[in-house]
Parts: sequence; C-alpha cells; structure tokens
Amino acid sequence: MSTLTRADGTVSVSLANIVIVALVGAALVFVAGLAQSETLHDAAHDVRHAVGFPCH
Amino acid sequence: MTPPMTCVTRSDSPATDMLQRLLTSALIAGAAAGLIAALLQLVFVQPVLLHAELYEGGERTHFAAASEHDHGHGEEAAPDEGEAPAEAPAAEAAGHDHADAGEIPGIGFDAPRDGLSVLFSIMVYAGYGLILVAAIALAENAGHRVTARQGLLWGLAGYIAVQLAPAVGLSPELPGMAAADINARAVWWVATVIASAVGLWLIAFGKGWGAWILAIVLLAAPHVIGAPHPHEFTGPTPPELAAQFAGRALGVGLAVWALLGLFAASLWSRGRTA
Repeated sequence: MSTLTRADGTVSVSLANIVIVALVGAALVFVAGLAQSETLHDAAHDVRHAVGFPCH
Repeated sequence: MTPPMTCVTRSDSPATDMLQRLLTSALIAGAAAGLIAALLQLVFVQPVLLHAELYEGGERTHFAAASEHDHGHGEEAAPDEGEAPAEAPAAEAAGHDHADAGEIPGIGFDAPRDGLSVLFSIMVYAGYGLILVAAIALAENAGHRVTARQGLLWGLAGYIAVQLAPAVGLSPELPGMAAADINARAVWWVATVIASAVGLWLIAFGKGWGAWILAIVLLAAPHVIGAPHPHEFTGPTPPELAAQFAGRALGVGLAVWALLGLFAASLWSRGRTA
C-alpha cells in the first residue's frame, strides 16, 4: 500500500506518515523550546538558552 | 509427533511498519544526540550561563552597566552587524574580576536543575530528529537516496536552519541580556527557521534558476527584514561573557547537529536494508 521499495533502494513513504512524524517533532520542539508557560519555561530554561531559543 | 516449530511474525500493515520505522530511527537518534548535547552543555555552556546569572542577580556588577547610562551601549550604531554570531574571545577569564563577589562557577552537577536540562535536551533533539527523518523520507519519496554518510550534510543543513540562521539575527541569549518582546522574537525565530529550511531544501533539490533564486530570497529575507531588537542595550551582563556564551552555544550546536544527522540517516538507512 504505502510502502514501496524501489529498485534503487529508496523507499516510498506515505505523505500522511511523514506529516504525522513532522508534526509530532514540531510539537516536541514547541513544548520544550517555545511554549511560554511559566513552569515549562523554568524547567527548560537552561536548555532554551543553550540551544538558542528566544527566552524570557 | 510434534509438528516442526514455525515462527510466525505478525506483520502490521506496511503503513504502520513505515510509521514505526520513521519514529524509531528519529527517536533513537534524537535521544542520543540530546544526551550528548546535554553533556556538552553542562561542560561548556552551563558554567558561562551560571556566571552570567551572578550579574543578572546582582551578585556581581559589570562596571559599564552599573550607572553609566551615557555609555555607548545605548546607541544603535550598525544595528545588524552587532548581532552577528560572535566568536569566543581568546581571553577566557581575564578582565571579569572587577567589582566581583563569589567564585566563578565551574563545571558541576546540580541534580534537579541539570536533570531537567538533560530531559529537555533529549526532548528538543527528539523533536528535531523527528522533523529531520520526516524530511529525509520526503527526499527519498522524490527519488533521492539518503545514505548514512549523507546524514552529515542533513545534520549541517539542520544546524544552519535551526541554529546558525536565527543566531545571525538573535544571537544565543545569555540570561540578563536586554532583548525585545519575547513574542516578537519567537515569531521571527520560527519564521527564520522555516524560511531557511525551505531555502536549503530548494538549493539541494530545486531544479533550475527559479528555485535557486527563490532559495536565496528565502535565506536572506529574515535578515533583510531584521530581527526584533530593543531600542537600548542595557543588560547587566558583560559583553565578554555574552560573546563566549554565543560562541560555545553555536559550537556545541554544530557538533550535536552533525551527530544527529549521522545517527538519523544511518538508522533510517539501516531500517531500509533490514
């Protein structure tokens, strides 16, 4: 169905799966890096600074 | 007579298999990179950050920030150039010992605080890993085979999009640094990351001048528009520390992204041959 291994070894992945994975990744990055909740900010503070997110 | 044992592995639908493969390669790569990032952060970045907090909290004072408001910091000369990614200054500890109090923080481990850093570092890089693997899968869909070694390039491109390009406008911030409104900076940051990522994708996979010109526009636009900055720079942290912090944060980021790319692409391509 959505998996197809071609002759050159590349694999075809359904677009839906790619979008799901990218969205989960973006959600993780948002929560850890950008969300302005006070608790999250305090907990992730040092990482946000070290990784170069805008903080404070 | 017992019948010969047959081993039946239940195979889910190919779509679920593929989702699993995407998730596992991304999460393992991300967790490994995040762990290394946390380690490098604690050794190289955290001491500078803790040092800066002494100035932020007032335990130490930087001679220029104390009272001299007519000092050159408030002037907006060359607004963009001043924020280019700084290089770590050669003189590490020299020159910070005026009006000081307490010792300069070294490498240590504060269990609750640094434990959270390890956790969030893994979370950030797991997130980046998922996005990176999704992009790799997208490229393979378009017929570009991605090998483990090419993962290095993918990692470097990710680093440019997510750390280097935003740092050109908003250099990695030290606690206490004067900065513009957080929402404005977050919007500029996200827009810069997306524009830079799409621009790099077009350089790598675009065909023809149209795609390449669009790539250049996307890569340059955030910096031509300019990142939001405060009208005055009056933070209490010494510029020497801020420069050292920016250099180290960018250096650690480069190392970690190179590894993230290698890990993600090698796990992804290993799954393909399995």
